[in-house]
Amino acid sequence: MAASPPVVAVRDLWAGYDARPALESITFELPARSLVGLAGPNGSGKSTLLKALLGLISPWKGSLDLFGGSIKGSRQRIAYAPQSELVDWEFPVSVRDVVMMGRYGRVGLLRRPAASDRRAVDSALAQVRLEELASRQISELSGGQQRRMLIARALAQEADLLLLDEPMVGLDATNQHELLELFERLRDQGKTLLVATHDLSCVAACFDLALLLNRRLVAMGPPSEIFTPELLSEAFAEDLLMLPTRGGVLVAHHGHG
Amino acid sequence: MAEFLLDPLEFEFMQRALLAVIVVGVVSAVVGAFVVVRGMAFIGDAVAHASFAGVAGAFAMGVSVYAGAIVAAIATALGIAFISQRARLRFDTAIGVLFAGAFALGIVIVSRQENYTTDLFSFVFGSVLGVSWGELQLMALLGALVIGLIALFYKELLFTSYDATVAAAAGVPVRAIEYGLLALIAISTVVALQAVGIVLVIAMLVTPAATASLLVRRLHLIIFVSIAFAVASAVTGLYVSYHAEVASGATIVLTATAFFALALLFAPRRGLVSRWWQDRERVRELVG
Repeated sequence: MAASPPVVAVRDLWAGYDARPALESITFELPARSLVGLAGPNGSGKSTLLKALLGLISPWKGSLDLFGGSIKGSRQRIAYAPQSELVDWEFPVSVRDVVMMGRYGRVGLLRRPAASDRRAVDSALAQVRLEELASRQISELSGGQQRRMLIARALAQEADLLLLDEPMVGLDATNQHELLELFERLRDQGKTLLVATHDLSCVAACFDLALLLNRRLVAMGPPSEIFTPELLSEAFAEDLLMLPTRGGVLVAHHGHG
Repeated sequence: MAEFLLDPLEFEFMQRALLAVIVVGVVSAVVGAFVVVRGMAFIGDAVAHASFAGVAGAFAMGVSVYAGAIVAAIATALGIAFISQRARLRFDTAIGVLFAGAFALGIVIVSRQENYTTDLFSFVFGSVLGVSWGELQLMALLGALVIGLIALFYKELLFTSYDATVAAAAGVPVRAIEYGLLALIAISTVVALQAVGIVLVIAMLVTPAATASLLVRRLHLIIFVSIAFAVASAVTGLYVSYHAEVASGATIVLTATAFFALALLFAPRRGLVSRWWQDRERVRELVG
């Protein structure tokens, strides 16, 4: 049996803004059915990498394949949940309205959502347990519910690759735990999740793979192998405080807004 | 009451005016809902003022002032978007520059005219009573075009307005939708020009939609409720202006403003009275 192509294959990718590089010579591949943490300090290029994968910015150099083909050909197979701070929570829409937006790309111009689209929305809402709040105005959601709604919109798209930008920031332990369980369930359904995050302990505890990014790709591999003091300090430079302990290394970071 | 309503309609100019203000109300309300939820009020005002250059230019050349207004309005709207994107200026800076520049151009053109007086100034202050059947037809046609396009691309407009980045990632042609909406705002300001005048066009765009957004919280509902307030204001304002013998455009705007004031005070949940009451209840609960 021929191996299926990697979900993401990035080779020597350079990208940036105004002639300032945000990503330098990034090369990596993501296998299908994996839960991948994208870790790095502020300004390390996490969001830029996600945007490049979404085709929202064009790379200066290098190649970027999704599912063995171009980004254009796989637009509906890749879904994105932005940082919740970037979302207008006062906008006059209901939870269901937003999740339905995940279908719009598939529905296409000049067409209206059909019964199958509504079913996909129902199922996405059920997966994140927001059915009861479907007709709520989005401003009425709590922090955890907001993140789950943004993920539900990505799920409604029925994509195979989910890019999530800082979904765990500002959540309490219970909500974080719930979100991680959801990630694992989605991974077990065969999806690939690339999750940008500051939170190294979450990645260390639950993720299959981690990318350590600081404009360059510092390391990639299972967190247990690459979360070494050397690599972490290379990625985070002065943003990290590391305390050696008997079990390994305790990491704390500071200076993040 | 019947006399109040029926007497004015014995005049054909009042029949035309009534139809015109209804068209203006509906079109402005639909477009205005997007203007309000996206925070684009300043651009609507700018486009209306800038269209004065087109009105004056067309008048000087002896061609249709509507055509001139539309060209100037669309050019200004797209120019604002283009400048703010390419020159990396803030949107409101680009608006300020183009809006004043185009309006000044209009004034310069007018100052060269010897017989400008009434015709031109009917666009500045509005003269719905002077609308001809031909102009009414044109307004209705343009209005139908605007509403038809919004209906066709409603879901893309909604997605782009709410979250342009995610919409672009999902394959929605965000840039085209944004420019298209600006063009529709431009056309709808031109539809409203003759009825309420350049200075007050912004009120037709913003006030009914603002009233609606105090009462309902989903975009399509805001559109429908906004239409209701706009038409109610337009018709009431026109009748009051007829009987009280005051300027019609301004009376329509004042009526819309009165509806807004009522909603601001008494809207359930979002109104000032209701908020005051909620706060008081909460304090009572806390104090016991």
